[in-house]
Amino acid sequence: MRLPLLAALAASIALPTFAADWSETVAAAKGQTVYWNAWGGDERTNDFIAWASGRLEAEYGVTIQQVKLSDTAEAVTRVVAEKAAGKDDGGSVDMIWINGANFLSMKEQGLLHGPFLGDLPNSKYLDLSDGSAALVDFTIPTEGYESPWRLAKFVLTYDSARVDQPPMSMASLLDWSKAHPGRFTHPAVSNFMGATFLKQALIELAPDPATLQSEATEASFSAATEPLWAWYDALRPTLWREGKTFPENESVLQQMLNDGEVDFAMAFDPAAAAAAVKRGLLPDTVRSYAPAAGSIGNISFVAIPYNAAHKEGAMVVANFLLDPATQAMAQNIEVLGSYSVLDPAKLDDAAKAAFAALPASPALPANEALGATLNEPHPSWMTRIAEEWARRYTE
Amino acid sequence: MTHREGRALRLIVLFTVLAGFVLPIVAGLWETARAAFGILPAIGAGEWSLAPWRQLFGLPGFGTSVALTLWVGFGSTIISLLLASGLCALIHGRKWARARAGRVLAPFLAAPHAALAIGLAFLLSPSGWIARLLSPWATGWNLPPDIATVNDPMGFSLIIGLLIKEVPFLFLMMMTALTQIPAENHLRAGRALGYARGLVWIKIILPQIYPLIRLPVFVVLSFALSVVDMAIILGPSNPPTLAVAMTRWFYSADIGLLLPASAAALLQSVIVLLAIGVWLLAEGIATRIGRLWVRRGGRGMVSGPFLAVAGAVTGALMLAGALALASLLVWSFAWRWSFPGFLPESWSMQAWLRPGAGWGAAFAESFGIGLCATLISILIAIAWLEGEDRAGMRRVGWAEGLIYLPLLVPQVAFLYGLSVAMLGVGLGNGRATVIWGHVLFVFPYVMVALSDPWRALDRRMVGQAATLGAGPWRRLWAVKLPILLAPILVAAAIGFAVSVAQYLPTLFLGAGRIATLTTEAVTLSSGSDRRVVGVYAVLQAALPFASYLAAWWVPRMIYRDRAGLNGGRG
Repeated sequence: MRLPLLAALAASIALPTFAADWSETVAAAKGQTVYWNAWGGDERTNDFIAWASGRLEAEYGVTIQQVKLSDTAEAVTRVVAEKAAGKDDGGSVDMIWINGANFLSMKEQGLLHGPFLGDLPNSKYLDLSDGSAALVDFTIPTEGYESPWRLAKFVLTYDSARVDQPPMSMASLLDWSKAHPGRFTHPAVSNFMGATFLKQALIELAPDPATLQSEATEASFSAATEPLWAWYDALRPTLWREGKTFPENESVLQQMLNDGEVDFAMAFDPAAAAAAVKRGLLPDTVRSYAPAAGSIGNISFVAIPYNAAHKEGAMVVANFLLDPATQAMAQNIEVLGSYSVLDPAKLDDAAKAAFAALPASPALPANEALGATLNEPHPSWMTRIAEEWARRYTE
Repeated sequence: MTHREGRALRLIVLFTVLAGFVLPIVAGLWETARAAFGILPAIGAGEWSLAPWRQLFGLPGFGTSVALTLWVGFGSTIISLLLASGLCALIHGRKWARARAGRVLAPFLAAPHAALAIGLAFLLSPSGWIARLLSPWATGWNLPPDIATVNDPMGFSLIIGLLIKEVPFLFLMMMTALTQIPAENHLRAGRALGYARGLVWIKIILPQIYPLIRLPVFVVLSFALSVVDMAIILGPSNPPTLAVAMTRWFYSADIGLLLPASAAALLQSVIVLLAIGVWLLAEGIATRIGRLWVRRGGRGMVSGPFLAVAGAVTGALMLAGALALASLLVWSFAWRWSFPGFLPESWSMQAWLRPGAGWGAAFAESFGIGLCATLISILIAIAWLEGEDRAGMRRVGWAEGLIYLPLLVPQVAFLYGLSVAMLGVGLGNGRATVIWGHVLFVFPYVMVALSDPWRALDRRMVGQAATLGAGPWRRLWAVKLPILLAPILVAAAIGFAVSVAQYLPTLFLGAGRIATLTTEAVTLSSGSDRRVVGVYAVLQAALPFASYLAAWWVPRMIYRDRAGLNGGRG
């Protein structure tokens, strides 16, 4: 297991050598343009990345060029195509906003640069203890090949002007949907958010949720998912357009909530609805909450491809993203509204005050309304669920 | 001497076209084919095998995807052909109607597919503009109904979107073809024999112009069978058409899907080839039936209603297209706009006031790439046509096919392979590659637009210049180009519009790094902010319109005092 080793390394490395290496990285990074491949469907994120680019240029002479993806796998495909062509350096992708299956797939094929997390000075603000959420991506140890940048947690959003009592469990969601046919749906399961919704249901409905933490086998998969499919068979005909078609992703679903086509949206970001209200994209009567049993949470990471042309620049960007000032900026709902990935215990007083002073909003769930954070299942579950769903419900 | 010079010029052009257009398409298809049969070293696949095909046939929804593709492809092509013919029959011989129809339809030719699709998606959706216009007073809907209008499983909304683009294209192609046959005489003769006006057109003129528009029809068929951007926005999603499913597989988290995706890309080419074959067969059958029908000699007083329907449907389609584009403009100035409000509750300039947020750079990128691709294409086209002139030869069939080749081979089939091949020979994926990728698709349209005006040039002018001692280059510079300025600019405007609309070539050849208005609009259309999408789509549509206006205005300004050089319009 390399994980404890890395954690020990990060904690024990003598600071001076560390600083020297880092200053070399910073010097090499000067003047580089980092092509950051990140999902481009969210204007707030795009604006945040543009803001970060301005700050980095002033401080380090590094600029970010965001490559807006409609799906993260596009970046993976690009690196694969470059490897196919023998382009082992000077690649076009410098950094990827990545998670779960995409990370696993790149890591297994040796398409990632690293480990580099330990080289970042700001990694000292992370909880680097064994099994910490900052070092595990969908149960896969990141082993320093990824650096965290934002916290994600599954929430449902509804319009309180149309829904009085939102369902607090998957079973009551089924009842609600039966009573209000055509008013609920989820993003397509080929999309990350749609699959996350099914995983959320799976954790609630599985006879033994603990089996989800290890790689799925034929036997464990069919045992764990049997109640899920029974529940889904009942739910599907009550969905929007009878569950025959689905919105492409959560942004489209949010737009449908705004248009009144459905009564619920979902997000992997508790502040998404509050931020959307601020931007005039949702009515100010929307509220977000997590199911009573808690909801899936994970940390989003950035990784650097093995053939990236601007590795040093990418590391400077990754380090900048871990800066407490950057994280506080990101948590501001008027900016990004994405919860901090840092360990509060490791922050100094000035940083703590910056977090305390952030503005609030009625559409922003209080911490109590967010409930417990449930662990992501092993990535094999997501892949299998998506495949099984496609097999069962694609006509 | 002229002939030898002509031959050299022709050889240079031929070489450019072969090396620049044909070779890359073949190389792209080759790489795609290798991957389809299991060879893609990047993911450790190095053995010839049929496994990708078995995997492809086993993918959920594969059969439905293929069926949808055929239905949408043939359906939209046949309907556009019928509508375009009906419209031609309806207005042929009425000069004012012809001019007006051309003016009304040309903008739809210029409007990019993506912008039109985004607007239509809003117009037609259950919470869209039409529903808002009628709600709640007529429909009683306070909340939008749960009806599948856009992204419907049968692909009707996608067909509507394609029709709005293809009917004007075929109509204008037919109008051009009409200038090559003595249509007026035939019409008069037919009328004198007692045939209804529309029927003369269908029975006598259509069979003559059809061979002239056969290639454009195939372009429409191939495009409709393999369209991606419009199908993502308007088409069914579970399962989608084959081209969209394949694009998704290419970009799936599961890298193993690259192989079946390549197989699907190859299958897409086979489908297009077979479709053209089937079409040719059907043509033969239709010709026989048509001949019997013509011989029966019906004077066809009943053809009127069919033509009226064709006219009405076309009118409705164009109205929908215009509303779709208008809705984008309204959205770009909206702040809150919820159902069932016919107009936004609050307005804002916010989306427009922040060019730095992306649309500024994307606008510059689209403009620059479009300009370069158009200039290069115009240069090659003029060289080609001048080469034909100097050699004193008419174009042979295979050369015509060569021009159309990039439009006939589905983009999805060779672009992924091409980007792999490009990287393989050390040509990075950057702006230059994208420009060249655009030229691939701009050049054919420029050639099609420029060929007829070029041939129609009054040869006596050139002859006079020659007797006055002007050499071939001087004749080109001082006589042909000035006279042909107006059609050259029109061809350039068409080329520019084609470039601005390119989605897949920009995406694949630019490694996603080149963000144009089109790629950004398609990406954002799967987001939550219609106001920002509105800005991109409005700009995307505005660029080609501006270029058409310029093409119309510039010759008038330059040749203000010379009616003869003004296309006789001044």
